[in-house]
Amino acid sequence: MSIDLPLVFAALMGASILAYVVLDGYDLGVGMLMLASEREDHEPMIASIGPFWDANETWLVLGIGLLLVAFPVAHGIVLGALYLPVAAMLVGLMARGVGFELRIKAEGWHRELWNWLFSAGSYLAAFAQGLMLGRFIIGFEPGFAGWVFAVLVGASLCGGYMLLGATWLVLRTEGDLRDRSAVWARWGLGWVALGVALVSLATPFASETVRERWFDFPRTLGLMVLPITTFLAWLWVWKTLKSSDWKPFAGAVAIFVLAFAGLAYSLFPYVVMDSLTIWDAAAHPSALTFMLVGTSIVLPFIVGYTFYAYRVFRGKVRGGSPYG
Amino acid sequence: MDDTLLLARAQFGLNIAFHILFPTITIGLAWLVAYFRIRYEVTRDPAWLATYKLWVKVFALSFAMGVVSGVTMSFQFGTNWPGYMASVGNIAGPLLAYEVLTAFFLEATFLGVMLFGMDRVSGRVHVASALIVAFGTTVSAFWILALNSWMQTPAGHVEIDGELIAGSWWAVIFNPSFPYRLTHMLLASGITASFLVAGLSAWRLLRAPEDAAAKKTLVFGARIAAVLVPLQIFVGDLHGLNTLEHQPAKIAALEAIWKTERGAALTLVGIPNEEEKRTDYALMLPKGASLILAHDANAELKGLDEFEEHPPVAPVFFAFRVMVGMGMLMLALSWVGTFILRKSTPRWLLWSFAGFSFSGWIATLAGWLVTEIGRQPWLVTGILLTSDAVGGATGGELGASLTAYVATYAVLLLSYMVTLTHMAGKGSG
Repeated sequence: MSIDLPLVFAALMGASILAYVVLDGYDLGVGMLMLASEREDHEPMIASIGPFWDANETWLVLGIGLLLVAFPVAHGIVLGALYLPVAAMLVGLMARGVGFELRIKAEGWHRELWNWLFSAGSYLAAFAQGLMLGRFIIGFEPGFAGWVFAVLVGASLCGGYMLLGATWLVLRTEGDLRDRSAVWARWGLGWVALGVALVSLATPFASETVRERWFDFPRTLGLMVLPITTFLAWLWVWKTLKSSDWKPFAGAVAIFVLAFAGLAYSLFPYVVMDSLTIWDAAAHPSALTFMLVGTSIVLPFIVGYTFYAYRVFRGKVRGGSPYG
Repeated sequence: MDDTLLLARAQFGLNIAFHILFPTITIGLAWLVAYFRIRYEVTRDPAWLATYKLWVKVFALSFAMGVVSGVTMSFQFGTNWPGYMASVGNIAGPLLAYEVLTAFFLEATFLGVMLFGMDRVSGRVHVASALIVAFGTTVSAFWILALNSWMQTPAGHVEIDGELIAGSWWAVIFNPSFPYRLTHMLLASGITASFLVAGLSAWRLLRAPEDAAAKKTLVFGARIAAVLVPLQIFVGDLHGLNTLEHQPAKIAALEAIWKTERGAALTLVGIPNEEEKRTDYALMLPKGASLILAHDANAELKGLDEFEEHPPVAPVFFAFRVMVGMGMLMLALSWVGTFILRKSTPRWLLWSFAGFSFSGWIATLAGWLVTEIGRQPWLVTGILLTSDAVGGATGGELGASLTAYVATYAVLLLSYMVTLTHMAGKGSG
């Protein structure tokens, strides 16, 4: 029996991107919420993401790395077509990462400046990632309507990250900040509901492929499982914000996983919408085999020590200076 | 050369030059920081703890700068050089992916434990985290230099159905120039980090002469440099001989040897004149080039006239002299400094070390300019021309993003250097 290598790598790439969106999503979200927060909230908010943001961002490098390794042709086409949003995202991620490090070392108005840069960078990165996704879904179609659609996806993704960030803070912080985070989470939920509804309505208009996938009775009825479960997860977050610390975050992650599943169903098997499938774009089997061997050995370790790190830092954020 | 190619190269060159500054520091500094941490674990001396805490902050900031600029690189392979992945993706891709898998996650995760977990894990686990981070940075260098060396001196690949694939991964990774380039870069990083430690400690001592911890780290940095710099000169010579064997055009360009001759003279300084194919205002050392490059005063050296295509002469000629010149200055300072520091700490010496805080950057960047420009017009020697790999981004797109990058990098670099100096000035207390 031979393994369908392109399929395996598409799955791995999808998993990395999902891991990235959820993990860096919550710390970008925390970064965005810094703008809305009080000064005394800054340190616990930063401390809640401090040990993780570097590693979280690495999932993006892995996702892009796998695109590059497994589908080299698509890598060039996709990143070439997304040139400006990618550049914007990179500037955003840079501002975020450097702002994070420099704010710790700065004092007075310097610190305010880096705080601002940290937040602005988080917004820019989140929005640009949404733009990239929007452009990708419609196969990089030029024209005004295409960009409006991309902007819509960008704004929705900002809402999604804000929801992840707020529920993460509910999980990791205490007292007033936890309560404020619950309020932010409700705003995030509203934003996400609006965004997901608009994007779901607009996508079938924007892409014929997606329309055919979803509006094909009786399959459509079975597919309704996705929006219904998403709605239930949404409701769960709303209901549990007061009573539980971990349930809202779990619910927010579930919303992302479900949205991702819907997206994967819409796009598969294309790596460049409507023109290039994963089998067309796949690298030579020799490269894929070499990669698969290494990945199967190393990935379990990565997952293992990632869990270890989350275990070390479990529970509520403690006070004290960072880098204690 | 058309404008788009020039812009794409300028932009990528800027990004990679900015990026390499930080790994150059972190690869070496990670081991020094781990050493400080271990000393504290063994001695329980609070001075070592303070030293560790100061330098781990420097490390964290440098690492973050490396991460954000490195993420940029991973995208630019695709945005600027789609032809690169299309033609050698089956080789370059896996090497890059192995770097992410075996190094990036390891470094980033355990850096989190190192920075934020000192009161949450045992001393042993914390020391282990510091060592894992250092190990991760070195593994990262291993993969990226394997790829870079393969682009310089490709080996182990075969062509099947018009596709370039690896015949032997072992031969791809351990290609002819890899061991030399890796050692050269690791030493460069160690030297850069030790001059940074010595320099910033000297800066602290200028402001607080009684700071015992800063005195210790100054001596420590100077001594490490005094050992590593001579080692680097030796390895650099071996690396040069290896280049002469595999990329003779690069050597001919960097030494500005225009014609093939026996007993070729060594040009110490001068201004290469590519139009007239000679070096103006040259100061020559008879038979010097043959002696240095072939270790035989009468050996025949291939000149640029032998090669149909060769890299531009002036940039590599000057960059090479900057690198060697910096190396000599660093040798002098580390030796003189180590000797004088046994007895006293005169202010002029402190100023010299402070001024040399970032000297490793200059030498390393110059070295990379030599090796990368020296590979032109090839992107992958003999396999892919740089001009065939460039992407379809328009001049406008490239110009706009280049401007954004230049502005961002200028601000970041300034902030980084000011923050480091400020932190060091405050000391570890």
